[in-house]
Formats: sequence, structure tokens, C-alpha cells
Amino acid sequence: MLLTGTSVVSCAQVKEYQKSRINDSEMVLANRKVEKTEMSAQSYREGASGANGGKTGGGCGCN
Amino acid sequence: MRKICLTVVGIYLMMINAYSQTSANDSSLYKPQKLKLDEVNIVSSYYNQTADKSAVMGGRTDSKGIGNVTDLANGIDIKFVSWDKKQRKNAFSAGLGIDYHTAASQAYIDTNGKARNNGMRIYPTFDWSIVNTKKGTEFGLGLYYSAEHNYYHSLGLNTSFSKKTKSNGEFGMKLIGYFDNIKMIKPSEFSTVDSSTTNSTPTDSVVYVTTASGRTTAIIYQNGQVVSKSRTGLPSKPRDTYTAEFSFDQVINTRMQASIVMDIVYQSGYLGLPFHRVYFNDGKDTVENLPSQRFKLPIGFRLNYFLGDNIILRGYYRFYIDNWGLKSHTASLEVPVKITPFFSLSPFYRYYVQTAVKYFAPYEAHTANEQYYTSNYALAAFSSHSFGLGIRLAPPNGVLMKSLSVLELRYAHYSQTTNLAADVISLNLKFR
Repeated sequence: MLLTGTSVVSCAQVKEYQKSRINDSEMVLANRKVEKTEMSAQSYREGASGANGGKTGGGCGCN
Repeated sequence: MRKICLTVVGIYLMMINAYSQTSANDSSLYKPQKLKLDEVNIVSSYYNQTADKSAVMGGRTDSKGIGNVTDLANGIDIKFVSWDKKQRKNAFSAGLGIDYHTAASQAYIDTNGKARNNGMRIYPTFDWSIVNTKKGTEFGLGLYYSAEHNYYHSLGLNTSFSKKTKSNGEFGMKLIGYFDNIKMIKPSEFSTVDSSTTNSTPTDSVVYVTTASGRTTAIIYQNGQVVSKSRTGLPSKPRDTYTAEFSFDQVINTRMQASIVMDIVYQSGYLGLPFHRVYFNDGKDTVENLPSQRFKLPIGFRLNYFLGDNIILRGYYRFYIDNWGLKSHTASLEVPVKITPFFSLSPFYRYYVQTAVKYFAPYEAHTANEQYYTSNYALAAFSSHSFGLGIRLAPPNGVLMKSLSVLELRYAHYSQTTNLAADVISLNLKFR
């Protein structure tokens, strides 16, 4: 949280026309749809889950 | 004098033309747009796992503890969008997933290994969201259902809200509830035997029998005689999961953006699985017994950086802790390399390490006087590595056809220090 807060304070003002790299499809701040089965397998085979857009424990016979 | 007059006339004419332009903010020409198909995503995966120490056999390391799994997963998501009179974007998504699996350990729900070793999972989803681009807000609702391999049924509901900040940030919050029912299919040695085939018969009661094929029958006795038999009636127990998710995304500069996500999770109800065995140190076996409450707190950080003109660094770290004593760290790095603007290769690596829950012990290590016990190695102490490669094609004229806008293919190898190893290959097709 502290690192993110520091980043916010020191963030440069980025105009819309400067966002060509930020808006690249592979710069998205989320897992890819093609990773869905890997994430599902991790929720079954590992004790931890969540904070990644996937299941947090319910909705499946996972942990 | 003539030159001055002509100059003044010219300036006057320019001023008249300047005031004849229409306002750039005139929205009177805006028309709402009807619902139209926006995109379709199809994801298919094949998963193959080898393992021993299965939870069904209480963590045994011999051939009966085999934990080999294959899974064929298929899913489709269809998204429609429309724009209303207030220039807000409505998005409707419908999805359907169908998975088919085989699991060698499932056969040992029957002690002789004759139980059904395969199953299916079907899970539809429905989502709606509305985006107000003027205010920078988005609100959404979602519905989810899952019927898993005959033993697990789940209903999920969620609502979400997000708002953009003036400095290229975005706050988000999501509330999720899962309301699950677990059918109590127990190992065969704990299922009541059909007493009509033995010398003694019960009085008034209902006897549940699970056959080797996995079907369950409720046999109803009255005055010691079988009154009726039916295929349904196996008892079930609930499991409820409540999650509050908080997120914050921030553009840091023209090449870097980051996010933080935190989930607060509370689970209650039957939190184990009814066919997971535990063997005590005296050789006797039972079904695992876990507490009926669990609090979880995962916190995840993402940092993406565009290095040079062709390389992207996608970093992720998660810390996890819960009240069962489990702590874990997850770290991953993916490096998409743009060979051309429309073709990229993405090698990746993921490391995971966890401590065991307080209630875990290996095969024949638990004592009968413990209150809670499990030998499920997903809750043991271990570390894992995962690595692989992804390919992404997104040419402007489509892949093989104009409507197929993106094709992604991904391979991953996963291994744990518990002797579990898996390979998964996945394909994503996006149509627009």
C-alpha cells in the first residue's frame, strides 16, 4: 500500500494521446482469459486463493 | 490606405467565419445504439496431472494413493453492448463452461477401486454492467451457477462498482457470495449397506447406498420391510463463502501501471469434502474433519512495464494468510516479446510456497483424539514451480478470417514438491 501510495504521489500526468503503450492489450492489469484453467487448477491443488480475479474458495470443490 | 482597408475587410471576413462553426460539445446529434454483438470468446484447455498421496486415500504413497487427473475444459462467453440516451454503455455477457474429467483417486471412494472415476461440471454465468464515461463510473451485477461432478452444486451472486480518479487511477469494489451444497458421498466403508441382503434388518429408517458406479439410492424401510427405493435423497451440507474485494489501479507514467487487490473472505459450513479419508496412527480410517469457519486474506500486487519498443514486463506478487495457519507467497513474471506488432511470444515463470494448515498430517500420522484432521496435501507445506510459453496473434485483418480477431495458445508445466506434476495447454479464440 505504501509503495502504491508513493507511486501515486510521484505519478506523471499522462494525457490520453500519450497512452499508446499503456493501452496495449498485453499491458492489462489482469490475468489473460487463456490462463483460466491454470488458475482453476491452482485453486484445487494449493491452499491459497484469491486476489487474482479468480475464485476465493466458494463456487467449486476447491480450497 | 487601400492596403489597410483591404486588410481590415479580410480580418472582418475571417471573424464572421469563426463564429459560424458549430460547438464541439453539441450532443444533439447523438443517437442511442441498440443492443449488438460485441465479442465472443472461446477457451478450451487440456489438463493432465500425475500425483500420489491422494486425499481420497488419506495421503497414501502406494499405488492406491494414485492421484492422476485429466480434464478437458471448454467455455464460451458472449458479450452484447448498447448505448442508452444518456450515453451510458450497457454490457450484457452470458457464458457457459463444460468440463469433463477423469480422476484415478475418485475410483477409490469404493475401497476396491470400483467407484466411478469420471464426471462433468457445467457452469453458466450471466453478467450486466453499465458504464458512465462522463462520470467515470461502472456498476455491475452477476449470477453464477455450477453443478460439479454430481457432488457439488453452487449458486453465486456478485455486485461491483468502480470509479476513475482525475489522475489516471481507478478504485473498485466487488461483493461476492457463493452458496454451495455438497452431496455427502462418503467412502464405501462408511456408507450404510443394504441390510435387506444381510441377516439383520433395520426398523423404520432410510438407508443410503452408493454403488461402485457412483449412483446413490435411498432405501426406505418400514417395520423392517423395504417400502420403496429411489435414486435421490442423499443428504447434503451447505458451504457459504462471502468475499469483499477492493482494488486500486494507477497509471504511473507513459510506460508503467500498477494495481493492488485485496480480498476479505469468510467461509462457513462444511469446509472439507466427504470422501477425503484420514488414517490414524492406529490404522483405523475416518472422514476428514475441518473447522466450520475460515477467514482468508489474500493481497495481490501487479506491475506492468513497457520496456523499449517490443518488450513488456508483467509482474505479480501475492501474500496470503488465513486462520487455519496457512501462509503463502506467490510471485510470477511474464515477458511478452512483440516479434511484430501483431505477433508476440510470452515466456513466463511462477513460484509458489505455502506453510501447512494446523490440522494437516501425513498418512497414519494423526491421532484419534484430535478434534480436526486432514491429510489433503493441498493443505500441506510445499512449494511449486510453473513455467511455460504463450503465443498471441492479433493481425488487423484477423487470423484466417476477419472475424477471428485474436488467437492465443498457451502451454504450462506445473510441479509441486509433493510429487504432483501437471501439464496444461489452452487455446483462446476471440471473435469480433
